[in-house]
Amino acid sequence: MTYSAVEIWIVIALLGVGTFLIRFSFLGLIGDRPMPPFVLRLLRFTPVAVLPGMVAPLVLWPAATGGQPDIVRILAALATVGVGLWTRNVLWAVFAGVLTLYAGLAATGLL
Amino acid sequence: MTTSTVKTASKSAYWAGVRDGVPFIFVAGPFALLFGVIATDAGLTIGQAMGFSVLVIAGASQFAAVQMITENAGIAFVLMAALAVNLRMAMYSASLVPFLGSAPMWQRALVSYLNFDQTYITSIARYEARPEMTVPDRVMYFLGVASPITPLWVIMTLVGILAGTAIPEAWALDFIMPIMFLAMVAPMLKSVAHIAAAVASIIVALVLVDMPSGTGLLVAAGVAMLTGAAVEAWMEKPAA
Repeated sequence: MTYSAVEIWIVIALLGVGTFLIRFSFLGLIGDRPMPPFVLRLLRFTPVAVLPGMVAPLVLWPAATGGQPDIVRILAALATVGVGLWTRNVLWAVFAGVLTLYAGLAATGLL
Repeated sequence: MTTSTVKTASKSAYWAGVRDGVPFIFVAGPFALLFGVIATDAGLTIGQAMGFSVLVIAGASQFAAVQMITENAGIAFVLMAALAVNLRMAMYSASLVPFLGSAPMWQRALVSYLNFDQTYITSIARYEARPEMTVPDRVMYFLGVASPITPLWVIMTLVGILAGTAIPEAWALDFIMPIMFLAMVAPMLKSVAHIAAAVASIIVALVLVDMPSGTGLLVAAGVAMLTGAAVEAWMEKPAA
């Protein structure tokens, strides 16, 4: 690393300010002015539009295995989604995913 | 916080948020720990690593920035890459407007500072499930969700810095975050349109995975939102 302390602090400060401005953008500037129905309809899909795409590559090509697909992680992801859909409960879904992950890691470690 | 003016209802909204935020200590904790370890490995000082976690509080972009700093990328590139990772939060910001837009400016600024994946998705799920919530209650709920996570994020970064590389890879902490996000999103798939959006998001994100940090995800999210909205509009059409 050739970064000086000052350069690192510049990155931290600008990244902090920039990230805040991204988060503040719409909420800060639009306030309670009405938005068009079409935009509101789009925005209702934000969580289910962002998170699956964010996680999918991590599930299929995890960095921890050097990008190789790992059956244990894929099964853990499927268990999480399956139980989440079935129970509609975040905690049960996490429990199922973590249990599958560690059971799978233990099994493949032993076999 | 302004307890004298806050009604009981807002207080209970705050505590409901705290309750719903507590489970995330299990994901934010390990993630922050990893950041502390990696930042120290990369040669950052304690102050710098803590600076990231306090001033930026956006895990994925912190990892991206530290990674690129160790690769000696130029400052402008580091910033562009890390900010691209965070651009999804502009979508979060926009989607909170219908729920929090009429809150006072300082509250909207505070919510913005604390608007990361976990607080956002937990709060938006609650707002959607309970349309009758008042705006002050929504703000208090959001702050409640952030209350257990944020201090832990900072503390666990410090623990990671101090523990250094003592964390075994076998713990597979890398995969706790994907599990947590999937667990949050699955219960939100409540209509065909939502499922269509999620599927579109996955497909486009996988196809565009080689695009520079975070930009493929933005395209995927845009396509997914359009897909969800189109399917919903189509389903609402009266069967003629």
